[in-house]
Amino acid sequence: MADTTLGAIAPARGVKSPGRLRRRYSMLTRRDKMVLAVMVAIPTLIQLIFIWIPTVLSILLSFVRWNGLAFSDIRPAGTANYEFVFKDYPPFIPALQHNILWLLFLAVIATPIGLLLAILLDQNIRGSRIYQSIFFAPVMLSLVLIGVIWQLFYSQNNGLLNFLLGTSGTPRAVDWFGDPNINIWAALIAATWRHAGYVMILYLAGLKGVDPALREAASLDGANAVQTFFRIVFPVMRPINIVIVVITIIESLRAFDIVYIINGGRNGLELISALVIQNLVGEGQVIGIGSALAVILLVVSLVPIVIYLSRTFKKEV
Amino acid sequence: MSSTIVRPRKPGAALRPTKVGSVQRPHYGTHIFLIIMAVVWLIPLGWAMFTALRPKADTDKYGYFSFGGSFNFENFVAAWNQGGFSKLLFNSAIIVVPTVILTLFFASMMAFAVSRFTWKLNITLLIMFTAGNLLPPQVLAAPLFEMFKHFELPYSVSGSGSLLNTYFAVIAVNTAFQVGFCTFVLSNYMKALPADMTEAAFVDGAGIWRQYWSIIMPLTRPALAALGTLEVIFIYNDFFWPLLFIQSGDMLPLTTGLNNLKGQFLSNYNLLAAGAIITVIPTLIIYLALQRQFVAGLTLGASKG
Repeated sequence: MADTTLGAIAPARGVKSPGRLRRRYSMLTRRDKMVLAVMVAIPTLIQLIFIWIPTVLSILLSFVRWNGLAFSDIRPAGTANYEFVFKDYPPFIPALQHNILWLLFLAVIATPIGLLLAILLDQNIRGSRIYQSIFFAPVMLSLVLIGVIWQLFYSQNNGLLNFLLGTSGTPRAVDWFGDPNINIWAALIAATWRHAGYVMILYLAGLKGVDPALREAASLDGANAVQTFFRIVFPVMRPINIVIVVITIIESLRAFDIVYIINGGRNGLELISALVIQNLVGEGQVIGIGSALAVILLVVSLVPIVIYLSRTFKKEV
Repeated sequence: MSSTIVRPRKPGAALRPTKVGSVQRPHYGTHIFLIIMAVVWLIPLGWAMFTALRPKADTDKYGYFSFGGSFNFENFVAAWNQGGFSKLLFNSAIIVVPTVILTLFFASMMAFAVSRFTWKLNITLLIMFTAGNLLPPQVLAAPLFEMFKHFELPYSVSGSGSLLNTYFAVIAVNTAFQVGFCTFVLSNYMKALPADMTEAAFVDGAGIWRQYWSIIMPLTRPALAALGTLEVIFIYNDFFWPLLFIQSGDMLPLTTGLNNLKGQFLSNYNLLAAGAIITVIPTLIIYLALQRQFVAGLTLGASKG
């Protein structure tokens, strides 16, 4: 759900709300209050029923044993599910490591590539729009489709990569998506293909917002391009930087589609999100274990979410 | 203009962003780097296209990495028919259209209420909406699955006897997820609209609904268009919710259906490539037609104003 993943991009800044001009609720007529109440109630109920109540239920379910059949089968389990996950569930530690690796790779490789492309394309160079379209195209694609497209590229015997390496058809041909020691890196490169374009487009918007007078002043003071960028432009783009940090963290926690389409999130591609689903669907549903994993994912995700929200809404509360 | 004259000519100056009116120096290094990157970026899609255009017999004979044999669109026709793409695309439309309309409708109502009026809890609710959109969907998977499974319906309404395996489940959850993000963006947009517009309507005695529907909504059209484009792509690309809720293969939308097609076409890479390219086409059309809207949706509010 890239998308969705793509959620948090708009920081509430720049727009100073004309608070005193806004209508006070108490000034409305009764009929208007009713209408307004309905307009708020419907979306709020949808949010409660499909997001927040399930979130609470997820926490509750992580403390029970249940096979998902009759409600009467639910048995309290205390913290047994968590103990199982941390001590006796072999894929958990690899999944945790892969999620961290995912974050580091996007932060250290994909995001700087996107930033570099944005800086180069911001220079008014010829064909800038064509380059932008090319780098941005993968952002339009689902991670599932990206998994399939890269499968064709990575394929052991028919893929382009092994042909280019000259190993195709020989025993040395690497199975990029199949080899459990390598496939996480192969998947990360495919994910980078998309993430860099996304970062590029956000930074391009950010760079356009930087006051040209700042650069002029810096160059008059004798700063070179690199100094101007790191000392002046980059710090000025702080709000965009924060959005990109948050997006990168959340994307790496949400990563799911691409590993699921490759092999269901097994065999070198374990991620916490994939383990949640493996415990919920298929044979022997263990709702309690799946929910314990979901709660771990929830707790970790709350860190960037809270940081982002507190920064975004600080001025307004 | 005068600044162009005073600008010190030094080594490295060519790298400096030259903005308005100044004589541009050619950025050879930059161009070479960008061309290499662009070629690298196009390789995966280009390779899929190349494979899709060649008959299986030819690739078997000459190898996948070769130019021998013919090039045609037969794989696309075969993939379309064998993969049931018309059905998959139709199913995607059944999910995408109502989800996007409902999302924009609910989000604009909520955004109107929180941005144009001051009342207790309005910021709290806005924070709750925004936070909901940022959660990993897998956190909600188990409870939503069980909620829908245990929501009993007569078999005349749902073949599964519950809300599982219905489009309602997918549309409802997708809407709930996207409403949070859209409310946030639209409320920022509406906040920036001048207050006197609705103020005048108030004096004329226009009710809340008329202010929303006849005054604010038309003014919000650019934001709605950008978000609408973005949401069509998001929902079309959604893999997870149909994977969780829809069990019958003939009800799956295209993106989730790819999972099955991948298994079905695994022995025939040419068909798989053609299927992948067919799946790219709807997004490509939207991209080419509405690229500006899409980018505006992504960066809405990220730029000043």
